[in-house]
Amino acid sequence: MGGIIYRADPPDARRLVTLDALDLIYHVPSGQTHLVSEPVPQMLDALEAGPADAAGIVARLAAAHEFDPAGAEAVIAARLEELEAIGLVWRI
Amino acid sequence: MRHQFSVRIGPVGFRIGSAWAGPVGTLRALYADYPAPADGIADFTVRLEPGRPWRRFLRPAVEIRGDFTLPDAAPLPLAQGLLAAEMGMNLQMALGQRRYLLLHASAVERDGRALLMTGNSGAGKSTLSALLGERGWRFMGDEFALLDPATGLLHAFPRMVSLKNQAIAAMEAEAPPERFGPLLRATPKGDIRHLRPSAAAVTAMDAPARPALILFPRFGFAADERGVAPSEAFVRLTQASTNYVALGEAGFASLSGLVKQVPSFAIDYPDTASAVAQVERLWAEAAI
Repeated sequence: MGGIIYRADPPDARRLVTLDALDLIYHVPSGQTHLVSEPVPQMLDALEAGPADAAGIVARLAAAHEFDPAGAEAVIAARLEELEAIGLVWRI
Repeated sequence: MRHQFSVRIGPVGFRIGSAWAGPVGTLRALYADYPAPADGIADFTVRLEPGRPWRRFLRPAVEIRGDFTLPDAAPLPLAQGLLAAEMGMNLQMALGQRRYLLLHASAVERDGRALLMTGNSGAGKSTLSALLGERGWRFMGDEFALLDPATGLLHAFPRMVSLKNQAIAAMEAEAPPERFGPLLRATPKGDIRHLRPSAAAVTAMDAPARPALILFPRFGFAADERGVAPSEAFVRLTQASTNYVALGEAGFASLSGLVKQVPSFAIDYPDTASAVAQVERLWAEAAI
């Protein structure tokens, strides 16, 4: 508990195009295009329900998708740091 | 300006002003079959001027100016005025085009469907498009392809083909002499000779085409080919576009739509004969 809490823009601020192993996200507020892979689009969608930390996002993903949450928190936390660096999520 | 010339290439109108008669006269001859800009209004202006007034006469050096300029563009000797005009036109397109997604790519058309080719300088996209233009394809452009975000169609920009070094002799064997401009020796880009697209290519330049195949050619390697994933094609094409960022969401939608629908291949080729064979085979097997 007590992880960094992140927030994201609502889904309509992003255009998502699924290509192959990678997805494209166009971020409308910044005008920037990002090439991402799973689970980044799912993480951003999970933040639609409100700000959350890595553990909270894992819980939301586990509820919406079939995956084993064991060990996922560290991976999600690392992705959140990267997303913060490119401006798709921010700390509150 | 003392000497002026206006021309429309595809959907884009240019006005070229020059302090000297020479470059304008050559342009007028090379672009004789082309129409004037629609309604007489040019989209872009290029000015070829001496850096200092006496430079009009004394060791004349052409500086390229226009609506958009780069501060470090070096002046060229007057004998290379034609190259200066071409560079000026490219510069205005690269910096100023907002109506179309501008791809630094060559394009040819057959049956209303377009083949797009893009790659680094020296990859052979220009020569390949010129060659295919003499072998049953409609030449759409050797430098820029214009993707319309509203329709997803590709518009032609069939300017003079800028042939460099070995490509000059290769094309002299394909096209009649009256379609060639003067040989410009030892320019900053090497030897250059301009080739006027065929009359059929100019007549049909207002007809857009639906993109059907994307190739990333590479000259000077043993014949090889591999499929390129849409995500890699997307990254390569954003790098090949000068106005992707400026077009914002429209650019994103049109480019992501293009790579999602149209198959892409990287091809290596040792000579033009094998390149043409590879293109024809991929076109038959993979083009949509």
